[in-house]
Amino acid sequence: MSVDVDTRVAGGIGQRAIRPDGIAKVRGEFSFAGDLWADGMLWGQALRSPHPSARIRSIDIGPALAITGVHAVLTADDVPLNRYGLEHRDQPVLADDIVRYTGEPVAVVAAEHPDTARRACAAIVVDYEILDPVVDPERSVDAPLLHPEGNVFRDLVIRRGDPDTRGPVVVEGTYEIGMQDQAFMGPEAGLASPADDGGVDLVVSTQWLHNDRDQVAECLGMPPELVRLTLGGVGGAFGAREDVSLHIHACLLAVRTGRPVKIVYSRAESFLGHVHRHPARIWMRHSAQPDGEIVSFESRILLDGGAYRSSSYHVTANAACFAAGPYRVPNAYVHATAVRTNNPPCGAMRGFGVVQSCFAHEGQMDRLADACGIDPVELRLRNALAPGDELLTGQRIEGALPVAEVIRACAALPLPAPAPDDVLARPGGAGRTADVGDVRRGVGFAVGFKNLMYAEGYMDGSVARCRIDAGVVTISCAAAEVGQGFVTLVQQIARTVLGVEDVIVAPADTAIASAGSTSASRQTMMSGGAVEKACRAARAELEARARGGAGDDHLDVAALTADSPVDVTDEYHHRLTHPLDADGQGDAHVSFACAAHRAVVDVDPELGLVRVVHLATAQDVGRVLNPLQVTGQIEGGIAQGVGLAVMEELIVEDGRVRNASFTDYLIPTALDAPTVEATLIEEAEPGAPFGAKGVGEPPTISSTPAIVAAIRAASGAACTRVPVRPRDIVR
Amino acid sequence: MTEMYVLRVNGEEHAVADAWLGESLLFVLRERLGFAGAKSGCEQGECGSCSVLVDGTLVCACLVLSAAAVGTEITTVEGLQPKERGEVSDVQRAFVETGAVQCGFCTPGLIMAVHALLDREPAPDDLAVREAISGNLCRCTGYGRILEAVDVAASARRGAGA
Repeated sequence: MSVDVDTRVAGGIGQRAIRPDGIAKVRGEFSFAGDLWADGMLWGQALRSPHPSARIRSIDIGPALAITGVHAVLTADDVPLNRYGLEHRDQPVLADDIVRYTGEPVAVVAAEHPDTARRACAAIVVDYEILDPVVDPERSVDAPLLHPEGNVFRDLVIRRGDPDTRGPVVVEGTYEIGMQDQAFMGPEAGLASPADDGGVDLVVSTQWLHNDRDQVAECLGMPPELVRLTLGGVGGAFGAREDVSLHIHACLLAVRTGRPVKIVYSRAESFLGHVHRHPARIWMRHSAQPDGEIVSFESRILLDGGAYRSSSYHVTANAACFAAGPYRVPNAYVHATAVRTNNPPCGAMRGFGVVQSCFAHEGQMDRLADACGIDPVELRLRNALAPGDELLTGQRIEGALPVAEVIRACAALPLPAPAPDDVLARPGGAGRTADVGDVRRGVGFAVGFKNLMYAEGYMDGSVARCRIDAGVVTISCAAAEVGQGFVTLVQQIARTVLGVEDVIVAPADTAIASAGSTSASRQTMMSGGAVEKACRAARAELEARARGGAGDDHLDVAALTADSPVDVTDEYHHRLTHPLDADGQGDAHVSFACAAHRAVVDVDPELGLVRVVHLATAQDVGRVLNPLQVTGQIEGGIAQGVGLAVMEELIVEDGRVRNASFTDYLIPTALDAPTVEATLIEEAEPGAPFGAKGVGEPPTISSTPAIVAAIRAASGAACTRVPVRPRDIVR
Repeated sequence: MTEMYVLRVNGEEHAVADAWLGESLLFVLRERLGFAGAKSGCEQGECGSCSVLVDGTLVCACLVLSAAAVGTEITTVEGLQPKERGEVSDVQRAFVETGAVQCGFCTPGLIMAVHALLDREPAPDDLAVREAISGNLCRCTGYGRILEAVDVAASARRGAGA
């Protein structure tokens, strides 16, 4: 079902509703997890391995315990079950005999002052036998086992049609994607408090309370009901808060000391303490007819998963399933592998495997356009997927997927004016000013698409509760608000369904059932769907109390709930999906969204400096539920795509991160971010609540290749690697 | 080494007792005096989340030694707004209404930076605004709605003054 803008009640579906937490956030009163405080609180701190691969011969915690103000020092021996992991438990809470990456936690300390905790960590004596690290993913498969479970997280092959068929025009290339970091602004933080019933209460910044709860309970050896999680204010996430970070450490310390324990990561620790986007090396070969129609597609994808599995298994599937982009491909062979190394663990980041593939396939599409002598936009239109077509996996596209429409709409947007005559507007800015006469402007185009929701047979769902007491509407749902605006959407849905303006969004916690993860662009559909169902059930009860009276819009909600509250809980599930078979074929994905991006850049080819001037985009959004928030997701997602294109890379040398700070890991500032012109393509998604699609990921996927295409156009350089460095441009 | 000293924050004096003298102004504001509006994002002056005014100058509180701020007038985000619950400044209101707030972690620092900008330059152009807030990193918004908020607030001030 789809609805137009609801104007019966202020702040309903389709309106520019403002965030319920907005006032508190601008006043500095909103409580982030790092702002938590409790009487008698201790500070926790982890000691992390300085080596990418080593055997621990011994740990002497005595010198740390001797420091005044230190209350506990824990090692692997203190962890009841020393294994955790987002999808698969292959990671020790504290290293037992082996450390497998630089930054792996070895011990944790609780002390009265954070500096005391840091000094105590420095006083712990660990005797390491240093081993040779495996840091080249190309060598991992044949290297000695880095973990009892082996060195390959997933090896996936997709075969479609006859991959040996060849068209007369052939282009091939190899592309590399560096390690990007989510770099959210609010570092990991949490406060664990021991409870009177022997359990533990944890307030933490996360994307998925219930998955965390299960891992904490397992590792503490407690039944899940004794571990209660509440969402602390989250300062951005972008995938990095799917995996457990400090959760188990804080709970172990709280249980041991009998006091509340707060852990807040420094920025440096944050860079070491969460997963990153998988670096990738991708080879592709396309063949086509002279008119540009794609005949065959081959690809070899290698992802560096780092030391532990995290979500590498499903990142591999996404990289492979969407490797060809939103184009019709009758014959294909794709081989994707994610391997274990002694590099930092990699996992979820906005775009989840598709960012890497899209950079490669869009580079290929430009090469194919060049080889065929066809305009790059026209080539993409000729091959554009549409509903009824099949993916590489043989899955037929059932829902909305307006690929040709986003391409046409994006290409039609006006180009920006020439740069103003101001040093701040030149490549390199005021500090490294390019010579005006050397600056070349380039335009590039790219298209991407991605699945929404989890895949490959995962039984996904979300639960929400609607309680109306004396006219006061309260919605409960465990979906993690990480900044994206789900809390606004909850109010909009409830207002539209119930016709009531004031809606309270209860804090997210584990007292209600799971809402699943805030990831995979899934909460608008999954938890939005659960909230809608709960509100509709509540409305049905209200209508029954009004004796089925007609004139639904005039229910007196306060009077109908004056004597006894309406209180309903409901759940939402999407249709079933299925695993991929041995040929990588199967109905594995729920729904898709696409976007097109056109970038305009100014480049000084002599200095290798780039300024990203303008991004035009058309995005497939299903239906717009909140124009303010959709715009915010698009502009913010594009900024992260800009970062990957021209500046963001975690530099890992010999297994060590060399730039774990905002001084050396650069993210776009207001001077780096382009002006964005967005147009929204609305085709309601069948079966989705209000016809809406998740909108968070597509902006991050094809913005990067569009920018790199523009740099190629301006400079003539090949630029087969992101981020593009000055030396990739200067020849 | 600890000592008692007094900080003047948002027009009121606060005693800081038994504190290690190596603590930053950010740590003391947040952990000892309860002004949690300034956020700790990098502790090296790169992200601007901890921006406050010291004698009217925008600084990163993480880079100021707390004891060195004795005798200055410190203004935090809590000191910008009317004290009544729910009331906000013009800049704060513009941020909320234009969609410039997402996760909100960078927001208090940006609010301080924009107030400092508009107080000295009532009609900044686009590049001047971008330059003025380029010391405040935001990872959610891509800055588009923030630039819109600054424009809305600046236009309203000019309208009110005309």
